[in-house]
Amino acid sequence: MASQHFKKKAETKQGIPTASLPDIIFMLLIFFMVSTVLRETTVQVRTLLPRAEALTKIDQKRLLSYIYIGPRKMPDGRLGETRVQIDDALIDDITLIRTIMYNKLLEQPKLIVSLRIDQDARMKLVYDVQQELREAGTLRINYSARPEAPAS
Amino acid sequence: MAGLLKKKKRQEAEIPTASMADIAFLLLIFFLVTTTIDVDTGIGMTLPPKLEEDQEPPPVRERNMLKILVNAQGQVLIEDELASVQQIRAEVKKHITNNGVDPNYAESPQKAVVSIKTDCETSYNTYIQVLDEVWMAYFELWDAEARKLGYPNYNAYRATLGPDDENQIRKIIPAQISVAEPDC
Repeated sequence: MASQHFKKKAETKQGIPTASLPDIIFMLLIFFMVSTVLRETTVQVRTLLPRAEALTKIDQKRLLSYIYIGPRKMPDGRLGETRVQIDDALIDDITLIRTIMYNKLLEQPKLIVSLRIDQDARMKLVYDVQQELREAGTLRINYSARPEAPAS
Repeated sequence: MAGLLKKKKRQEAEIPTASMADIAFLLLIFFLVTTTIDVDTGIGMTLPPKLEEDQEPPPVRERNMLKILVNAQGQVLIEDELASVQQIRAEVKKHITNNGVDPNYAESPQKAVVSIKTDCETSYNTYIQVLDEVWMAYFELWDAEARKLGYPNYNAYRATLGPDDENQIRKIIPAQISVAEPDC
């Protein structure tokens, strides 16, 4: 009687079924693959974004193209003069922006230009860049901003 | 003959799937590490299309234009009167919802334009603060319109719209913000 009872217990397998494990992992994998946007640029300028309240979220990250404007980060940690960066390159001549952005617009007709501008940048430069965007025909822009700090 | 069949059966090729989970895990960890979940937030704007050489900008009647001037020190003038950044929202709302009552403000929400003009040396931060206030005025008016239609707020109304549906609220109160060339 007693031995029979013990034998029965030993027969039941207590392992977790792992057959579906790859499927579960693949599902997670696919989710992250789809939601990932690989960071392909090194930002060479400081872009401390201003804070704002009237923010909208941009869900279509694939339509976005970034323009960074801010003081250049020097190797010794100091900040240099204000520069414009598109993709990986600093732009020396502002008027080149129209060609660069026009080409991007041809690739993606629904392009949204996200302007990541440092809060200390001057309006003269911001306006000049905007004029270039008008020349290029990339009229949908977005001033990147951080949400307002919670009131303490 | 029977033995031959048996032999064929035994040769059945199988891919070992035991390591599948490990491979998937490796890839998963890679994407987990490289993913940035944070959503970009910002203030959306549409620039006016480029004008032809001989083309004049469309005329706007003086009363329909609310002029906001910001100087290099961050001081604000609304219609040539000194104001603070916090006052902008109320002024813009008053301007848009005037409906022709006050002769200094707009004739109708459809005709109302808000013009922002900065100085060359105005900081971007100040500009965004001013622009933010103007947009908040619009958002608050849109929220009010949405409540009239029976939605809790404007975002709830917008969520009900399909990609091809016309946004009725923005038709009633279109956001018309013009950014003028900075003074140097």
